[in-house]
Formats: sequence, C-alpha cells, structure tokens
Amino acid sequence: MDKNKRSKNILTIMVLILVCGLLYWSQINLNSFYIRILNLAAIFAILGLSMNLVLGFTGMFSLGHSGFMCVGAYTAAILTMSPASKELIYYMVPITPALAQIEWPIFPAIIAAGLMAALFGLLVGIPALRLRDDYLAIATLGFAEIIRIVVTNTVSITNGSLGLKNIPSINSIWVYWGAAILTLLILKRMINSSWGYAFRAIRDNEIAAEAMGISIFKHKLISFTIGAFFAGIAGALMGFLITSVDPTMFRFLFTFQILLIVVLGGMGSLTGSVISAVVITIMMEVLRVVEQPMSILGLNIPGLSGMRMVIFSVLLLLVILFYRQGLMGTKEFNWDWVLGKFDQIKSRRRGEAA
Amino acid sequence: MSMDIFLQNIANSITLGSLYALIAIGYTMVYGILRLINFAHADLLMVASYIAFYGILIFTLPWYIAFAIAIVLTTLLGIGIEKAAYRPLRNAPRISVLISAIGVSFLLENIGIVAIGARPKSFPRPSELVWNIHVGNISFLSLTIIIPTVTLLLLVAVTLMVKKTKIGMAMRAVSRDFETSSLMAVNVNKVITATFAVGSSLAAIGGLMWSMQYPQVDPLMGVFPGLKCFIAAVMGGIGSIPGAMLGGFVLGFCEVMLVGFFPAVSGYRDAFAFVILILILLFRPGGILGENVVEKV
Amino acid sequence: MSTATLKTDSITMEFGGLRAVSELSLEVNQGSIVGLIGPNGAGKTTVFNMITGVYTPTAGRICFQGKDITGMKADKITARGIARTFQNIRLFQSMSVLENVMISKHVRMKANLLEAVLGLPRYTRANQQNYDECMDLLKKVQLDDVCYEAATSLPYGKQRRLEIARALATTPSLLLLDEPAAGMNPAESLELMDFIARIRDEFDITVLMIEHHMEVVMGICEKIYVLDYGETLAQGNPAEIQNDPKVIEAYLGAVDVDAEN
Repeated sequence: MDKNKRSKNILTIMVLILVCGLLYWSQINLNSFYIRILNLAAIFAILGLSMNLVLGFTGMFSLGHSGFMCVGAYTAAILTMSPASKELIYYMVPITPALAQIEWPIFPAIIAAGLMAALFGLLVGIPALRLRDDYLAIATLGFAEIIRIVVTNTVSITNGSLGLKNIPSINSIWVYWGAAILTLLILKRMINSSWGYAFRAIRDNEIAAEAMGISIFKHKLISFTIGAFFAGIAGALMGFLITSVDPTMFRFLFTFQILLIVVLGGMGSLTGSVISAVVITIMMEVLRVVEQPMSILGLNIPGLSGMRMVIFSVLLLLVILFYRQGLMGTKEFNWDWVLGKFDQIKSRRRGEAA
Repeated sequence: MSMDIFLQNIANSITLGSLYALIAIGYTMVYGILRLINFAHADLLMVASYIAFYGILIFTLPWYIAFAIAIVLTTLLGIGIEKAAYRPLRNAPRISVLISAIGVSFLLENIGIVAIGARPKSFPRPSELVWNIHVGNISFLSLTIIIPTVTLLLLVAVTLMVKKTKIGMAMRAVSRDFETSSLMAVNVNKVITATFAVGSSLAAIGGLMWSMQYPQVDPLMGVFPGLKCFIAAVMGGIGSIPGAMLGGFVLGFCEVMLVGFFPAVSGYRDAFAFVILILILLFRPGGILGENVVEKV
Repeated sequence: MSTATLKTDSITMEFGGLRAVSELSLEVNQGSIVGLIGPNGAGKTTVFNMITGVYTPTAGRICFQGKDITGMKADKITARGIARTFQNIRLFQSMSVLENVMISKHVRMKANLLEAVLGLPRYTRANQQNYDECMDLLKKVQLDDVCYEAATSLPYGKQRRLEIARALATTPSLLLLDEPAAGMNPAESLELMDFIARIRDEFDITVLMIEHHMEVVMGICEKIYVLDYGETLAQGNPAEIQNDPKVIEAYLGAVDVDAEN
C-alpha cells in the first residue's frame, strides 16, 4: 500500500508539472482568441465544480447559481474599477460616494467577491434549504431573479441596466486555470473528507443520514454557501475576462449552461465537471459556425442564430433520458484505473508471448 | 387615485387574474399527480400564440379556425412532451425529471428563437373579439369582459369534469395515492395523458387570450407568466384546482394593485411574486387551501 | 424518575384526524433487550420515529437517561446516544460497506471543515482513528472481508447486519432495531438472535426491537410490549405474553395447549 501511494504521488506531481508546462506553452504560443476560450473554459470549470458540489454531491436542486455569480461579478468590478472609470461609466446616476474612491488590487477583490457571494448564499440558503427538491428549484430560481432585479434597480450602486465597463482586464492563463485547479483541489479535499461523506449521505438517504447524527440543515447550508462562494469567484473572473458586466448576463441561460455541464460530466464526479466544462466551452465556439451562413455542396444555407442553444437543449435531454450518469458518473480520475490498464496490457502481452 | 383609474385597475386585475388562473391549473394538476413542476407548461402559451399568429397572418385563416388549430396542436404537443420526456423517467430520481422539464422548456424557447426570431411580433387581434366599449367616461376593451367570462366557463367545466366524470375521479385518486391507484386497475398512463391534455389546452387558450390582451409575442413570452402562475398555484395550495384558481386571481390582483398604488416600485413588479412565493413556502407551504402531507418513514 | 434508560410517558401521535399512537408508556432498563410487537399498522414504527425525533409527539414526554428529549431533532438525539435501523433498509447506496459505517463517526468528529481541507493533523488523526474503529467494528460483526464492496451489492442478510453495524458506529447507549429479522429464514433468525445478544454484551448497550418473528422475540427479549391500534395491549415477560388471552386473540392466534405441553 505504501509503495503504491508513493508512486501515485509521484505520478500526480508529474501531471501537475505537465499541466503547468502546457499552460506555460499556451500562454506563449497560442493567439489571444484561443487563450480567451481556454480562460472561459476555466471559469465554466469552476462553475461546474461548484454546482456539482451542491447538486451532484449533496443532492440539492438549486437553480440560483447565476445570482451568486452576479453578486461576485459586481463586487469585484466595483472594487477594482478606477475612480476615473467609475465617474465615466456611472453617467446617468453617479455612484454612491462611499464606493467612488475605492480601488482594490485584483486578488483581494476576487476573495471579497467570493465572500460576498457566500454571504448571499447564506441569506438565500437559510430560508430556501428547508424546502424539498422541486420547491427548492423554484425558490432558488426566484432568489436569483430577485438578485438580478435588485441589481438592475439599485442604480447608484450597480449602474443598473447600463452595466459596468472598463473593468481591469486579465489575460493571463495562469490566473484562470490557477483558480480552477485550486478550486478542484479544495473541493476534492472536501469531498473526500468526513464532510464530503456527510454531503453524500444526505444525497443518498436524508432520513438515514439524520438518524446517523448528521444535522441536515447545517450541512446543506455549508455545502450551499461554499457553492455560492466559488460561483462568486467565477463571477469575478468573468468580469475580468470580458471587462464588462450587466444584469442581463446573469439570466437563467447561464444557470442552464452550468446545469448542462454538470449533467454531461456526471453528477458526482469532479473530474467529469472539469472535462465537460472544457468540452462545452469549445463546443460553444465551434458551433458558432452553425449560426453563420455557410455553403455546402453549392447550396447556400442561411445562418440559424440561436441554433447552438437548440443543440445544447437537445444534448441535455439526450443525456438525462438515455445516459443519466453522464461522462464519468460518480467516478473520478484516479491512478488505480491507469495502473490497472497498464497491468492489463502487460498481462495480455505476456499471454501472447507464451 | 381617481375612481376611473381605480376601476381600470380592478378590471386589469380581474383580467390578469383570469389568465393566471387558467395557466396555474395546468401546473397544479400535473404537480398533484406526478409531483413534477412542468417547467415547459408556460412555453405552451407561446406555442399556441405563434401557431395562431401564423395561421392568421401567413395562411390567412379565419381567426376561429386558427385558434382551434392552435389549441389542438398545442394540446397534442403537451401530451407528446409527457410521453417523450417525462414518462421514461418516471422511476428515476426526482431530480432527473426536473432536469428534463427544464431541458424541454429551453428547447421550446430556443426553437422559437431559431424558427421565428427573437424579436417580438405584433399579434393580430381579431376584430370580432377585441373592440372598445364606452361606459360614461370610461372606455375599456371587450377583452375585460370576454377573458373573465371564458375563464369562468372553463373553470366550471374543469371542476365539473373532475368532480363528475370517471376520468376526473381517476385523476383525484391518482393524485391522492399514485401507487394504490395503479394497483386498483386505474390506467395511470391514461389518467396522466388526460391531465396533460386538460392542462395544455387550458394553457393554449390562456396563451391566445394573453396574446390578445398583450399583443406582443416573442419566444420568451411564457417565462415570467409561467413562474408567476406556478407561484399562484403554490399560493392557492399546490395540487388543488380551486386553489390554483384562487391563487391566480389573488396574484393578479396583488400585482396590478401594487403597481397601481406604488408606481415607483414597478421595476420590482416581477420580484414581488417571488417574494410572495418564498414567504409562502416558508410559512404556509400548503398554501391557502392546501393540506400538509407527511412523508412516511 | 426511575433508573430506566428510556421511559416514555403517555405519548400520543396524531396525524390530522388519525391517532397512530395513543398514550403509550413504556420503560426500558439499562442493558436489557425489550421487544415491541403487534399486528401491522399497530404504530410500532411510529413509536420508534417519536423516540428518535423524526416525529414530535402530539402529547406526552420521552426521557432518555434522565433527560427530556421530547421534540428534539433526530441528529441531536443520535448524538445523545440513541441509534436505530429501519424497517426498509436505508443504506447509502453510492458508498461501500466501510464508508457507510464511517458516516456514523461524523457526528462525533472534533476537527472542523477547514482543518479537513487543509489536511491538518487534528483532522487526519481523528480520521485515522475513525477508520480503525470502523474496521474493528466490521471485524466484530464479520463484515470486514467485504468492507470495500458496494453496500447494496451485499446479500440481504448482510445488508441488515451492515445497518446494525452502522448504527453501532455512532457509539449508542440505546439501539432501536426495526424488524431486524425481516425476510430471514429460521436458521438466519437464530443466528440473528445470537448476534443481538452478543452485541448487547460486547458493546454494553440496551436494545429495543420491533419484530414479527416470534422465535426471535420470545428467544431473547426479557420484556415485551404488545401494541394494537396504537395502544398497549399487554406487557410482561415472554411467558406472560404468550399466555395472555388478549394478545392471543389480537395477534398470536389460538395456541394449541396440547402441543405446548
């Protein structure tokens, strides 16, 4: 057991080095368009992971993720925009004096965004988590909408429907993928800890979990709040990637895309969420072609705008109807599987040689 | 506010309340039987409106034929959705069928965007149904009378059906106790199909009347009404048809009155319904008319 | 207040208009094995649910080790030392045998979430200790050889044993067993009898069990309560219960006196 553990740790470190190398290479060699897509994939990975914690591992059907993203994005944006930008952007209704002179550096702002979103997660969770599945879905959806509507209407803080522009721009692949990898590691630790098992017990059989001494409400709230925290971080990063945010960005469409990522990757698999986040982000770009006019075999086919979402809706339905466990089910990538494959190949070779 | 405006608001709230009531019934019936929030229900509103739209404008059909076709096709679609997207998941964990419902809803909305375009279109109001009525100083649309009347007739019809017919009794049985009903030789699938048929046709009729009252159709027109109607159903007592009717009227009334008396908060109009929902789910989840169900351990 | 481990004082449970349990008073002494029997629908599992906090009694009080636990939440009651199994097996289906049992250790976990994520020693030590205790427990109930198997892949009898092991892992003083012998043949039931007696001795606990298998009940219960329509029909030791005419009429059926002698 010890020998295996040693070699597994070595393999993990090797992979981390490999990943860092890939990131380094990408940052230098890929053009900014591809880097942007990779960064977007990292953000979706964080979103997928955080939603998977809530939905896949704890079994709570929360549709409020876009609301927490919104909180995080606005928090980070308002904290990091320069006072000059603020004066410029808040042209209809000036920003409240308390916020006008604030200009924080990036990393504290990201953390603050996460904490703010977590606070909202607490506020939403305390009433909402007493509810059953379907009611929870509608209630969290409602809360996300309320957040969005409040943001649209508190113009002196958020600039309302005009949105915020001139947010500091970050292009470094290290920031986004660094955050994604950190999120993955933290959540992996959490899931494999006693708390992670408590979450899974709640998902599997809430009544039995309570009978074994697990406080259902407290643990649901912990899971929900942590999910909101990471959603807030993702929201902040979104702002830095696109350099602008506005309330219409955080409609239900966003939550739907995250839901698709979680379902496709496997509800209950962290590595699945990361993989499907990358897949879906790339698909979203590749499928743009469907929305442009194109000519096939001499025929001119007009672009069908909105076709991407049709394809994604169909994809979600196909997965949930026919392949419910998604790409990875509840399994994670682990070295035992890889080493197992090597052993299989070795023994087959030996069998053939004999 | 002046008497005229007050009366106008009353009229608006009755109209809005009627529409909410009609659509809320579909939600409550399906929830009562399958414990499923049919997210796709409200999108049928949109489907019916567009079918009628095309029937009248492109195929130049008389309005009553276009409306009839819209209702029939939408009902068939509702039944089809149940068969294709919900029935296969009946034994799956609850979350799966909820996800499927979201998927269907999204699919309908996006097919709408692709096929028809996201820009709102103007719904052709049939002049036989929509005209101006003048009473003294007040003038209002004929719809203010037609919509509540039609709604009332339909509500009576549904209530009679549920109370007096065999299929209605079967619906009540299945909604009380799914498993026992299926053991008692109730053809549960037929009951479910009938439930979706009734709910979908009510949504279709509600959608047509909605489009006449607010003659702007766009692919996402069902989203907010849908959420609000579900909230109305919860408010009245989910699973209870009279509850859905009551909830629909109360919600419509509150919404119009809130904006009427406090125009400053009209931006928060939609948030208002959600706040009500959360308050109800927390303090009286059974709704006004509902009962509390205890889960067997 | 007697020295009874568990004492219910005239507890009643009403659901809407239906009275499932009516003014039930029972006493379970430290270290004893007590049976709760009666026809289906008599309210036995409802009594369990009231004791374990799933339902709050409509009336009456429940005292455990001298403290009033009426209306406490289920997880708090477990923390105080009452554990249970379920009539319909409620194992955690996504987890292995060992993981199912480890869950029960979470209630007494001293380290916090942050320590767990950071991998600090306070957590890793506690976790290792939990692991050792659970493996030990599984050895005692002879499930250690399958500890890494999926819990739901076990044969039925072993699943029932696993549920009991999982309850034991919460280090209870009182163990509530809801039809532990359900679905077992006579040979398995005898094994179960020994098993229950053994764990009562080895773990120094008190057992209250619902059962329909009369051999098991009469075999190991020192005291039996008979329930019918939510009310106590009779109480006493096995001999008294077997000969009580009310019980025979309601539940056991007429006993052939000759065959008994």
